Amino acid sequence: MAAREVSRRGFLKTTGGLVVSFSFSGPVSRLLAQSSDLTGVEPEATQLDSWLAVAPNGGVTVFTSKVELGTGIETALAQIVADELDVPFQKIQMDWGDTAKSVDQGMTVASRTLERAGPQLRQAAAAARQQLLKLAAARLEVPGERLTVRDGVVSVTGNEGKKVSYGELIGGKRFNLKITATGEGWDMKVAPEARAKDPKDYKIVGTSVPRIDLPPKFTGEYTYIQDVRVPGMLHGRVVRPPVVNSKPASIDESSIRHISGVVKLVQQENFLGVVAETEWAAIQAARALKVTWSPPAEKLPANKDELDAYLKNTKSVIDMNPVKKGNVEEALSRATRTFQATYRWPFQLHGMLGPSCAVADVLADRATIWTGTQAPFMTRDKLATLLGIPKKNVRVIHKEAAGCYGRLEPDDVPEDAALMSRAVGRPVRVQWMREDEHGWSPKGPPHLISVRAGVDTQGKVIAWDYLDRSFPWTDARGVLLASRQVGLKPTDPGFPNGATSAGEVYQFENQKIAAQNLPWQTAGPIPLRTCNLRSPGQPARCFASEGFIDEVASALGIDAVQFRLRYIGENKRLREVLVAAAQKAGWKDRPSPAPASAGPKLLGRGVAITDRAGAMVAVVAEVEVDKPTGKVAVKRITVAHDCGRIVNPDGVRMQIDGNVIQGVSRTLLEEVQFDAISVKSLDWKSYPILTFQEIPAIESVLINRPEMEALGAGEPSIVPVPAAIANAVFDATGVRFREVPLTPQRVLSTLKGAGALSRA
Amino acid sequence: MARISLKVNGRSRVVDTDPSTPLLYVLRDELGLNGPKFGCGLSQCGCCTVIVDGNAVRSCSMAVSNAQNRNITTLEGLGSVARPHRLQKAFIDEQAAQCGYCMNGMIMNTKALLDKNPHPTEAEIRRALDGILCRCGSHLRVLRAIQRATV
Repeated sequence: MAAREVSRRGFLKTTGGLVVSFSFSGPVSRLLAQSSDLTGVEPEATQLDSWLAVAPNGGVTVFTSKVELGTGIETALAQIVADELDVPFQKIQMDWGDTAKSVDQGMTVASRTLERAGPQLRQAAAAARQQLLKLAAARLEVPGERLTVRDGVVSVTGNEGKKVSYGELIGGKRFNLKITATGEGWDMKVAPEARAKDPKDYKIVGTSVPRIDLPPKFTGEYTYIQDVRVPGMLHGRVVRPPVVNSKPASIDESSIRHISGVVKLVQQENFLGVVAETEWAAIQAARALKVTWSPPAEKLPANKDELDAYLKNTKSVIDMNPVKKGNVEEALSRATRTFQATYRWPFQLHGMLGPSCAVADVLADRATIWTGTQAPFMTRDKLATLLGIPKKNVRVIHKEAAGCYGRLEPDDVPEDAALMSRAVGRPVRVQWMREDEHGWSPKGPPHLISVRAGVDTQGKVIAWDYLDRSFPWTDARGVLLASRQVGLKPTDPGFPNGATSAGEVYQFENQKIAAQNLPWQTAGPIPLRTCNLRSPGQPARCFASEGFIDEVASALGIDAVQFRLRYIGENKRLREVLVAAAQKAGWKDRPSPAPASAGPKLLGRGVAITDRAGAMVAVVAEVEVDKPTGKVAVKRITVAHDCGRIVNPDGVRMQIDGNVIQGVSRTLLEEVQFDAISVKSLDWKSYPILTFQEIPAIESVLINRPEMEALGAGEPSIVPVPAAIANAVFDATGVRFREVPLTPQRVLSTLKGAGALSRA
Repeated sequence: MARISLKVNGRSRVVDTDPSTPLLYVLRDELGLNGPKFGCGLSQCGCCTVIVDGNAVRSCSMAVSNAQNRNITTLEGLGSVARPHRLQKAFIDEQAAQCGYCMNGMIMNTKALLDKNPHPTEAEIRRALDGILCRCGSHLRVLRAIQRATV
């Protein structure tokens, strides 16, 4: 069941209906050689043929710019199209992420693909189905109302012998049908005129169809970007500066002359790379090359204290004020009890398990690039700028990378490959080494969050004042690494890091929520560059908002679930997930912390919730804190999850597992180490992630809303995980932790500082 | 450069290569075996695991000259989509991956474990796979798949 690719142009050129298909398990070079003559602008959104094609055998190829990132989106989108078209699921082939073959539907980011691309493809399929019925009515000489469709075969109701298949109707031919398409990217409305099915009639949507991509991933037959090879291809490696914003002052080319197979040392401005006949020669040369680097042109904060001071004292460049209700200062001044706390979140890594990789074939005036980008069209546009050739002459073809969690929105490596390919006049494959990926990939930004609350004489929260200070994403949509090295300059401070999951789910009379992003953009490349990391900013902001609400509940002696329910207001779906998670976890109504227990192990439970762009999640964490060592073990995580209509329940559960495990890892272990001039976390030892022996049990409750549109499940459930864990650690120990990661050293020293070790 | 004889997935292969080349690059680039993956090059993640003479080995850190005339098994040597090994079948049945990049390491290390200990406890599986990193969080499904394959 290997994925297949249909050559659109080969297909469309022939009226006889030739559909060329390739097996991915065969030589990739053949596949690529066949299709690499395709350049030019993307297909017209207003042509139905741009979205899908029917083969004579009834197979349906769907063209989309949404890419598989390992979340199962290929399967979920195929389910939607199969259901709408009334064809068997196995008949659908997804052809994704090729700028010469798909309409720009926006980037595959923010857990918004099902929500936005789902309806786009559904409507295109509905338009196709309508047209097929029209053709069938003419062919069978009956009015359209008398027709029914089953498994891609149209028949006359009551006279099923009279029938015609989709393949017979249009197989191998163009629809030549204009449809409406307004707006751009993921906001595009496609074929709103086509009448889609009533969701009640779905047969495939809502079922746990096994993922299309998985079987070959277990056998070595899947083609990841790392596995793409083209004829005549060479291997490149980058040579990055060891420190912030530095330039090669002098290079000793003789230092790599002894390595056989080296083809070229590539230097363009401050960009440096080596190209060789083999990977090993390229690796050895990149390591051996003697470069004298200029002193760092600027300095990073030298340590955590300096970073903290910077976050605290720097004037912002981006200000977001999503909630401003009542008069917070006045309310705080009349409150009988006030609370104040500061929460901290470190730089963290996406940690792609396979580092960045791309293959580029750059000729004088055109380029073909294979890469793992989350944004094929944005990557194409950036490459066109870097290479100084028209966009229409650049073709970007996506091949799946290792899971990237936002890291490949700013996909750096195709720029490296393009510069090296142009320099040698041959296709070049570049793969970053581990230290390149850890060291130079953009990081999830740090946060310093201050929260205040006021409570009146009745114990009611009357004021909430929340301020998040963080960095924008300097590189998400801006100028990438190699581009900066050759002298392209960023023109803005970066993309805003968001302002939600800051307590806006609670209905307080006086409420202020603000997020300020501080200047972090630099002209030259720095290894602490930033971008979106899975549900960007929200795990950190939720850590503070849901931690702080817990502080207030605890101080008032009220159960954490009951306290939240008081202030949720009309958000019934959020209320429902909270109750469902509490029930599933066997939550007992009592204030926190837990009654003191004897022995070295302290047990605690904590809860946290979020309304993440319309998806509702509640998480209950159960932890065990080992007093002598300070080690926190997360024993069980219970998640209740409502992401609207569920397209694939097993897929949602898979995403919840992933969000939870990554969330636990980021809460307990992860922090990028750095000094004034460099990043110090350059491998998995200096940046450990959660491993098998520490993986908690996970239980999930899925709440399906068939009447709603589907929302994504790739991100929401990571949001409350850190807060739930920290609240559970408070419950166990009576000590509040307001900074992650909760490493044994931090936990032990904080417990000691609070005198909590005598609590038994 | 040197001619080096390898026994890979039951077949004899001869490659002409720098003998210091890590086995991983020879398997991938010379022999077209994409099962083993580059993850770190530091023996820290397990993506590149192959089985050499019955032991799980990090092929990113073994020079090809040290693999001469030894029995090397890669993920491809276990089975294919058309004819999966029972371990691969169990992973398919449990849908035990997300991006799947770590799967070579998961399956090959499990294979080496099961060849020595056909009925491991959950704790033994967790210990055996503790050094195999997965960033997507498929661990619990991997555990279920292994348990399914060993009943």
